[in-house]
Amino acid sequence: MLSWLPHIAISIPPTQALFGQLLIGLINGAFYAMLSLGLAVIFGMLNIINFAHGAQYMLGAFCAWFALTYLGINYWAALIVAPIAVGVIGIALERLLLRHVYRLDHLYGLLLTFGLALIIEGVLRNYYGSSGQPYNIPSALTGARNLGFMYLPNYRAWVIFASLGVCFGTWFLIERTRLGSYLRAATENPALVQAFGINVPRMVMLTYGFGAGLAALAGVMAAPIYEVSPLMGSEIIVVVFAVVVIGGMGSIMGAIISGFVLGVVEGLTKVFYPEASTTVIFVVMAIVLLVKPAGFFGRTA
Amino acid sequence: MASAEEAAAIAAPRATGLSPRWRFGLTVALLAVAVVAPHLVYPVLLMQGLCFALFACAFNLLIGYVGLLSFGHAAFMGSAAYITAHVVKAWGFGPLTGILTGTAVAALLGTLFGWLAIRRQGIYFAMVTLALAQMIYFVALQARFTGGEDGIQAVPRGYLFGAIDLNHSLVMYYFVLAIFLVGYWIIYRTIHSPFGQVLKAIRENEPRAVSLGYKTERYKLLAFILSATLAGLAGSTKTLVFQLASLTDVTWQMSGEVVLMTLLGGLGTEFGPVVGAFILVAMENYLARYGSWVTVIEGVIFVFCVLVFRRGVVGEIIHLARRFTSDRSPAPPPAAAKAAPGE
Repeated sequence: MLSWLPHIAISIPPTQALFGQLLIGLINGAFYAMLSLGLAVIFGMLNIINFAHGAQYMLGAFCAWFALTYLGINYWAALIVAPIAVGVIGIALERLLLRHVYRLDHLYGLLLTFGLALIIEGVLRNYYGSSGQPYNIPSALTGARNLGFMYLPNYRAWVIFASLGVCFGTWFLIERTRLGSYLRAATENPALVQAFGINVPRMVMLTYGFGAGLAALAGVMAAPIYEVSPLMGSEIIVVVFAVVVIGGMGSIMGAIISGFVLGVVEGLTKVFYPEASTTVIFVVMAIVLLVKPAGFFGRTA
Repeated sequence: MASAEEAAAIAAPRATGLSPRWRFGLTVALLAVAVVAPHLVYPVLLMQGLCFALFACAFNLLIGYVGLLSFGHAAFMGSAAYITAHVVKAWGFGPLTGILTGTAVAALLGTLFGWLAIRRQGIYFAMVTLALAQMIYFVALQARFTGGEDGIQAVPRGYLFGAIDLNHSLVMYYFVLAIFLVGYWIIYRTIHSPFGQVLKAIRENEPRAVSLGYKTERYKLLAFILSATLAGLAGSTKTLVFQLASLTDVTWQMSGEVVLMTLLGGLGTEFGPVVGAFILVAMENYLARYGSWVTVIEGVIFVFCVLVFRRGVVGEIIHLARRFTSDRSPAPPPAAAKAAPGE
């Protein structure tokens, strides 16, 4: 009667592999979440899609690598230094270039940041080629612990918890603090908020710097997992765009949830049908467009 | 608030303002240049220019006349390139069959992508097309017939109608020129048809076009399919020129490049994409030895165009010509004044 059991045992992958891919999915999801969160924050305030977000993520990883290789600054310091450095670059870009396109069609912001992404990626590729530079896991986080059903590398556990912390911290800042309420008000009606004596242009500038810094922070955290390569940004940004289309950019929480969920979906696909793992997020996007064109958490586009 | 400016910003109607006689003269002169050119310049370079020019014109049909920014046009060019290469090389069909099959596949893909993408507008539309095109990239990377990283190499050019040897580069050039002219003519007729007028109405004010009773979704989809088909035609032709279909044709960098060609030449101008395509092709060929600095230069041109050169080369020429003529005539025609954007 139970002759079908062994058959099932073959078609279901061993739990070790399942949890392994689930973990990789969660890690990828953590980066999708942090990046789409940054895109959503920038879009909310500046009304532009920051195509340079992937380049800023890559720049964060490179900052950490530079700092370690040439200056001996370790991972923990890089977690603070790199986002600040990239954030300052972001602020400079906003002041010098981006603010000139706010009054134009949204598409010009996309094209401008696309050009910036080409410049940043091209310069780094010119010096470092397409190959990756290794970045060691900080010594405090090497090793793994046995959870009984699988081994969990300490660094990966740290990335998941740290990114959750960053995501919810950002959500709290924007949705639950006074500063956040100013930001949300300025999104709705900048002229009115300005009339209350709040410096809206400065807020816009700092928001872009914050978004760029967030991307850089994700980049530093990604450095020990993926190699530090000039192409790492452009590889991830298109996927993050799909995540953003699925989640919609209307809400901060939406960006976080869809990032993690899609990372896990991608990981599970790798277990059951590996050939489709690179395309599954785009397929999900196509389905979402059919059944819920505005995205799960989106206001109407 | 800045809605008028915004609408005008992405691409305003730019009737060239040339009299019919001038227009005819210019067309004849350009055709003469096109006929003589392969005797003066390396034909493969010209053919590359013509293929990209057709690609950019097809792209411009969407951004310039419907106001839709597709960031995934490489998907149509690339898939047509792969199909043509496969049909000609593996199945042994002639060049014309190869091109027609590749173009037809691009049309089908355009129908599917267009059907999905027109559900969203503005930047979402750009992101959707980019993501869908990336899916094609991964398919091309993994499918068996595409040859992965190698692509499909040594695609035979074959004999046109079984008789005309396309391996001769001058013959190939005139074949490519003929294809380009057919594609350009189709776009020209589309823009100047009642259908094209409706497209412009959608670009200027979609809700109003809807309220006038036009099924704008249908118009947008048709324009998208036409654009994808012609992009496919360009890709198929390019495959025969270079005897190669490779991953380069389906990358998002390729999609970005066609945006840049059109932006540089002049969004929403008839001839701008052609100029932009030739400038970029020439630049890439002469600067090829500088490697990835070319990417940096392209990025700089992007930033420059967006910040201070939004009319593009042809748009700027038209603008200057118009200013010049309106300086002389005592009363400028109101239509021309209205058409000048962003001032």
